[in-house]
Amino acid sequence: MWSNRMSTVITVENLGKKYLLQHQSGQQPYVALRDVIADTCRTFGRKLVSPFVRHSQSPVSSPQSPTSEEFWALKDVSFEVKQGDRIGIIGRNGAGKSTLLKILSRITEPTTGSVRIKGRVASLLEVGTGFHPELTGRENIYLNGAILGMSRAEIRKKFDEIVDFAEIEKFLDTPVKRYSSGMYVRLAFAVAAHLEPEILVVDEVLAVGDAKFQKKCLAKMEAVGKEGRTVLFVSHNMAAIQSLCPRACLLESGRLIQIGASDEVVSAYFGAVFSTSGDRELSERRDRVGGSSLRLISFDVVDSDGESMTDIPCGKRASIEIKFQVFSNSISNLRFGISLIDKGNGRYVTELNSYYGSKEIYSCEQGVHKFAFIVNRMPLAPGQYNLNFIVTSGLEVLDWIKDASQLRVSDGLFYESEQMPLPGSYPVFFTEFKCYLGEEEKLNRQDIS
Amino acid sequence: MIEKSEIIIRPGMGALHYWRDIWHYRELFFFLAWRDILVRYKQTAIGIAWSVLRPLLTMVVFTIVFGKLAKLPSNGVPYPIMVYAAMLPWQFFANSLSESSNSLIDNSNLLTKVYFPRLIVPAGSVIVSMVDFLISAVILGGLMAWYRFVPGARVLFLPAFFMMAFMASFGAGLWLSALNVKYRDFRYVVPFLVQFGLYISPVGFSSAIVPEEWRFLYFLNPMVGVIDGFRWALLGDAFPVNWPGFALSSLLVALILASGVFYFRRMERSFADVV
Repeated sequence: MWSNRMSTVITVENLGKKYLLQHQSGQQPYVALRDVIADTCRTFGRKLVSPFVRHSQSPVSSPQSPTSEEFWALKDVSFEVKQGDRIGIIGRNGAGKSTLLKILSRITEPTTGSVRIKGRVASLLEVGTGFHPELTGRENIYLNGAILGMSRAEIRKKFDEIVDFAEIEKFLDTPVKRYSSGMYVRLAFAVAAHLEPEILVVDEVLAVGDAKFQKKCLAKMEAVGKEGRTVLFVSHNMAAIQSLCPRACLLESGRLIQIGASDEVVSAYFGAVFSTSGDRELSERRDRVGGSSLRLISFDVVDSDGESMTDIPCGKRASIEIKFQVFSNSISNLRFGISLIDKGNGRYVTELNSYYGSKEIYSCEQGVHKFAFIVNRMPLAPGQYNLNFIVTSGLEVLDWIKDASQLRVSDGLFYESEQMPLPGSYPVFFTEFKCYLGEEEKLNRQDIS
Repeated sequence: MIEKSEIIIRPGMGALHYWRDIWHYRELFFFLAWRDILVRYKQTAIGIAWSVLRPLLTMVVFTIVFGKLAKLPSNGVPYPIMVYAAMLPWQFFANSLSESSNSLIDNSNLLTKVYFPRLIVPAGSVIVSMVDFLISAVILGGLMAWYRFVPGARVLFLPAFFMMAFMASFGAGLWLSALNVKYRDFRYVVPFLVQFGLYISPVGFSSAIVPEEWRFLYFLNPMVGVIDGFRWALLGDAFPVNWPGFALSSLLVALILASGVFYFRRMERSFADVV
């Protein structure tokens, strides 16, 4: 039934992947034998033979059930990919993109559904997987090639091309631990770029290297696509998706929301990202660092009337509010921080941190609380910013979510004059100032205080 | 390497063509072993000499403690040679166990980023330990020359006993590496196991000193069978093999290997999620 079209190379049907989150065992997915023995000796043998993933499906409740929670990283995903298709996969952090790629590349097993793949798959979830710092560039080319599924003969045939592409001839026999990070990445990508699979699965690897090298990589990827290979490409770089992939699919909270022409899907993505809610939910985030005494729940951006805002117009007053829950009895010396990173160039722009913003020392009792950062006049240039949230008690990290969400600063009037530079020629930020023209002695310097 | 076959991914199924995949990935297997051998002694001052020194010094200590101080019998064979003939398989077993039990965790970056039959990771570790074994074998040759000891024609059976040592090491390595992924406790269990095993296996002494009525049970430690086999093949009539016991050891080795493969294959699917 799947082969009604000859050219379909990947068929995904009702794919789902469930993880069990264990709150008590901290961040570690593995368990200590001691706990298992302590929990119950009876179920020990059973646990030994069946991986924990499937456990909760058994009618007998597992010993961890009070503290564990199901999480569907991927649910009911179905789609088809035809030979020669280049498909971009987009979605927010935690939407299930990487899980999907991991299942397609057979690294992890799905919980439900099935995938049929025709042809040799090479997956590139990271550049330089298996690179060993002690080995030389030459040795690593062979090792990495083998890890990516190339045969020795293939690598030998391509060896000169790889070295050429990476521009590292002189350092071939130097251990890669002496390489600059640029050289390292170039070499790693060069090996991967010379794979010749029928289906290529790529995860966000273009986010590395300098601009010139990134361009070279994109060109290489384009060439791979033109040769009629099937490419699945995950990226946060929408421009790269649009230029590389005619089609794209959008994932959200593990579900496939849309699949189609990449321009449409990309605009749907922007629509979803900047909608008022959803995006601002933080409690379900799994990629967080910290203990169990405090947890961020959500954040919101509101105007002076307390209305939610989708974005902050440049020059406007806004309050960024984070909601969090305290689990332990009380926590003192709390510090809250939000850092803003320019999405375009990855530059760390500024940080709103209560430690700088106020001399007050904050402490909280058990329960749900809110903390507000009020920005009087948004000084940042219109654009998109990634947000990192952090809450610490003194120097101890209580909850830290990187790339937690995005904030958009929209066009607005910063200056009282209501004049602004043309969009496209924005500076990094705006600053308040006054100006005077006049005789030396009449200039009013009283404003400088 | 281009194949038109279809891959089906479904829950609970594992890889359909697992053993064929292993064959496809044989080059990766050799590359991983080659990497480990290459990396092992980089930035060590005396390099490969370590694999010579360790068994040699253990042998000297055992010869002094068991041979000279405790005056245990060596059936007319020079004590150092008797110890070393056992040291050979034991060291191989112990190294394989320590190397392979950590192998999956050490390669966790590979497990979470690339597909390949995971079995080749612990298998590669056993191969690395084989290098040490070969070096030790050369030393034994030297030792025999020094004592002017000539092994009989039975030495031709040695590969068979080596196979047994290999199967025991690989089987136990599979168990421990898979368990270690899920229960990190095994990181502490293995060094203990290795240290303990050195004394409950007949390395420093001959298994003949174990009382007759316990002899058969002693072979429940599969390394007893392996070591006795090595001594029988290398040292001749002075070390007869207790064949029923040896059969018991062989059976256990086969069991460990089969169950190891089974358990490993079972756990393998969740490695990437747990490691």
